[in-house]
Parts: sequence; structure tokens; C-alpha cells
Amino acid sequence: MTSTTRQTDRPAGQISVIEGVTRQYDYWLTVLKRTWRGGVVSSFVTPLLYVVAMGVLLGGFIEAEPDKLEGATSYLAFVVPGLVAAHAMTLAVGETTYPVMGAIKWHKTFFAQLATPLAVRDLVNAFLAFVIFRVASACAVFMLVLTPFGVFETWWGPILAWLSQILVGTAFASLVFAYSVRLKSEEGFGVLFRLGVLPLTLFSGAFFPIGNLGPVLEWVARLTPLWHGVSLSRMFCLDTVDWSLVSIHVGVLVVLTAIGWRLAITGLDKRLEV
Amino acid sequence: MISARGLRKSFGDFEAVRGIDVEVRRGEAFGFLGPNGAGKSSTMRMIASVSPVTSGELRILGMDPATDGPAIRGRLGVCPQEDTLDNELNVFDNLYIYGRYFGIDKATCRERAQELLEFAQITEKVRSRVEDLSGGMKRRLTIARSLINRPDLLLLDEPTTGLDPQARHVLWDQLFRLKQAGVTLVITTHYMDEAEQLCDRLVVMDKGLIAAEGSPRELIDAHSTREVAELRFGVGENEALAERVADLGERVEVLPDRLLVYSDDGEHVVAQVHERGLHPVATLVRRSSLEDVFLRLTGRSLAE
Repeated sequence: MTSTTRQTDRPAGQISVIEGVTRQYDYWLTVLKRTWRGGVVSSFVTPLLYVVAMGVLLGGFIEAEPDKLEGATSYLAFVVPGLVAAHAMTLAVGETTYPVMGAIKWHKTFFAQLATPLAVRDLVNAFLAFVIFRVASACAVFMLVLTPFGVFETWWGPILAWLSQILVGTAFASLVFAYSVRLKSEEGFGVLFRLGVLPLTLFSGAFFPIGNLGPVLEWVARLTPLWHGVSLSRMFCLDTVDWSLVSIHVGVLVVLTAIGWRLAITGLDKRLEV
Repeated sequence: MISARGLRKSFGDFEAVRGIDVEVRRGEAFGFLGPNGAGKSSTMRMIASVSPVTSGELRILGMDPATDGPAIRGRLGVCPQEDTLDNELNVFDNLYIYGRYFGIDKATCRERAQELLEFAQITEKVRSRVEDLSGGMKRRLTIARSLINRPDLLLLDEPTTGLDPQARHVLWDQLFRLKQAGVTLVITTHYMDEAEQLCDRLVVMDKGLIAAEGSPRELIDAHSTREVAELRFGVGENEALAERVADLGERVEVLPDRLLVYSDDGEHVVAQVHERGLHPVATLVRRSSLEDVFLRLTGRSLAE
């Protein structure tokens, strides 16, 4: 057979990691074109309502010294970096729960894609790349909108804070993807939202300093991935950066991302082998 | 094109495929026949290089699916049993985007998508959403999609299940044209007429094993008689009368509503029945079909 003579070092026909993703670019572009309008509401309008309600209106009643607010001069300045980080998590979880199950169970997109030269690894990479793009764009717009509120101390802080928010989204996207591919029915998502996302949002230091939780619960909060993201985001926004703390936060989130990514690929591989 | 030796597939304790040997040659239309649960689809997924082989040897286009999966899949077309079209995309995008997965450049993808829409006779639906298509159109679109990479080998898993007779015939015509164009077809089906229409050669699978192999004609010759005489004696009498006609054919089968006498000369059987003073309510002499072979080999009872 003539066409089998193309020899490379890699097993025949294996495509590179980059190409595995770029071949799906057109697919994800059409997904984006179809869903961006709904995304505007959930990505930008909803969090803005939170900022106005919690930060401006509720925060107007809160008068505290900066040392009680981790260095923030107002409650608004305190709550904003945490809100955006929590929002990055919510978005990432939303994009890796029902859409992942849909691609396996309802639309069977993964099965169709896997009948081509694409591998499971490529499906996971492109899916997560899209989620990261969604998180990055939503957080970027969010941060830009917040600039006039005077909550950022430096010009470069918000950029690093934005990168931390992307890291939060990436970690949660890969972990929740790994969870979703192992679920047989969507009932497991209710558990995730009620016992995972909601408590994390409320108690990971986004709305109040975790010191208020008391010594035991404070340490529990420190173990949650969202706290690392909130703390990163806040340090950069308020210019209270402690670089040794930054390296711990980043390290934790990167390790969680790597674990999630690995489990996502192995889980999907097993799930699609029928 | 395909060569399997002692091919097996297990899911836990369950053995779906229990050691089969298959050889598919270039340009032929090859069929896997069998009742539900016979192991056809598991075999197809191994050939499609998406389901790892449990044991045995499998070579597709001369390559090993365990190591060269992407290269094999790049040259296969797969039309799965269940439509996996993207309902959220329109008809054109389903073809175009699928082509991009194969690394085909954008211009070529557009050109081929247009050609395939014509081939599938759905040009007027180019911008329609997949949801709005009829079952037959979806199937044709799925087949069109599987051709976007100009495959050497096209795998069709129960291509016409659930379609109305018109849609089935349109599809058969298209598959026939593909075969004429030199595409090797591998088809699973439990429709005997489909197998007789399309397949040059086929295997009958049952309980994970191959029960018989050959061309439709060879299988009929080997496993059935030339003709079948169907005798209807009326409810309740068939069984009792079976013994009195048993010697007239090679084999007699008793069904609730009729007796089937397998013989090379059906008319002669009917004449003898009358000579013996038996008067069936109705008689029918027909040629043996693949269905007779199939039921003989895999039994009449339900597998599930």
C-alpha cells in the first residue's frame, strides 16, 4: 500500500499536541458564536450585579480598618478581587459539568471526534483550552469594568490578578472535567454545586477575611483551592504581595491543574471505551 | 484491508467477541450479520481503532490499531449505529468541521462538503439545523460526513436500521455507487435483504463467534436447500402433520402458523403432500433466502 510509506519517528499519523487542538479550532469557534450571547449575561452581567449589591450597597455599611480587611481601604476593594476569583471558579465549573456530560451522553460529540485521527488527549486539551478562554475573557472584561471604581492600587497588579483568576479557572476546569467524565448521571452535579461550589464561594475568603472563621475553620479554608486563588488575586489587586505566599498559591493551583488534567484524560479514555 | 486472527474483546467477565478470523479484501463489500448481541458492533469498534483489542491480532490497512490508531482512523470512514451528528451545528458545518479534524485545509473542506451534500441529496438543506432533518436525511448526512476524508475503508454499523423503505433504497443506491468507485465497505446488519443486496462476502456471527462465512449464494448453498415449500394447515394442526411430511424434504421446521419443508424441488413436495391426501389451506414455494440460513445458524429464539 503506497500511502503507508510515510514514515516518522512518531507512531504513524500521530498528531502533535498543538495540532490536536488547532484542528478543533473551527468547532469551538462555532460553539462560541452560538453561545456568546448567553455567556454575556452569565459572565459579565451577573457578577456586576454582585459587585453593585455586595461591594457598593452592602459594603457601604461596612466600615473597617484596612488591617482588618487584609489591607483594603474599603470593603469594595476587599471584595472585588475575591469575587472575580470566585467567578472564575463558577464559570469553569459551569463549562465542565453539563457540557462534558452532553458531549459523552447526549450529543455524543466526543464519540464522533474520536473516530478521526484526534485522540482523547486532544479532546480534553481543546475542551479545556476553550474553557480557559471563556474564563480569561470574562475575567478580563470584569476587571476592566472595575477599574473606574478605584479598587486597584497599581497598574500591574490587576494584570497579575487576572492571570491568577485564569489559574483558578484552569485548576477547577480540569478537576471538574475529571469528575464529570466519571459521572453516570447528572445528579452528581447537584452535589457538586451544593456541597462544592456554594460553600467554597461563601467561605473561601471572597466575602470576608478567613480569620473571622475561627482558628479551626480558618485552616480548613486555607486548604481549599479557591482560597489560594482569592488570596493571590487580592494580594495583586491591593499591592500587598508576599512573594513566598504567591509561590505557594501558584504551586498548589498548578499541581491541582496537573492532577485534574491527568485524571480528565484517563477518565475520558475509560469512559469512551465501550 | 482488514486481517483479524483470533480476535477477542472482553468487558470484564463478559466476552463480546470470542476469537474470530476475518479477512477483508480491497474493493469488496463485506458484511457482518448476526442477531443483537452477537458481537458485531464490538468488532466494528475494534476495526475503527477506537476500542482496544483484548487479545488476538488485528491489522487494518496493514497497520496495528494499538500503535497506529490515528493513522488508521485518518483513512477510515465511520458511520456509527447511532447518529453522532452535532445537532447544534447546521448541515454544512457538520461536514466542514469534521473535515477539519482530519487536518484537511479549509478550502478543500468546503469543496468536499459541497460535493458530499450533492451526493447525499441534501443540497437544499445546507443551512438547516440537523434537528430539522428527517431520519433518512440524517443517515445520509452521517454517511456523507464519513466520506469527508475520502476513506479507503468505510465502516457502516447498521446503516439502514430505522429507515423507511424509500430511504433504505436511496441509501443502498449510494452505497452501491461508492462500491463502484472502489471504496471497500464493511457493513453490519441484521437485515438479510440488505446483506444480499450489498455484500459480496459475509460472515454470520452468533454469540461472539463466526458461525459461517461466504458469499450470500455460497451460504445458501451450504446451509439451506434450493427451495422451501411453505405449507399452512391451520392453527394447531401443523405440528401433528409435521411427521407425515418429514420424509419429503431434507429438513422440516414447525412454526405456529406453517410448516417449512426444505427441499431442492418445492413443487414436487407440494404435489407429494396432495398425493398423501393432505390438504393445506395454502401453499407457497419459494427460493431459499439468506434469512433461512441466518435463522438456521442463529436460531429463532430471541438472543436478548
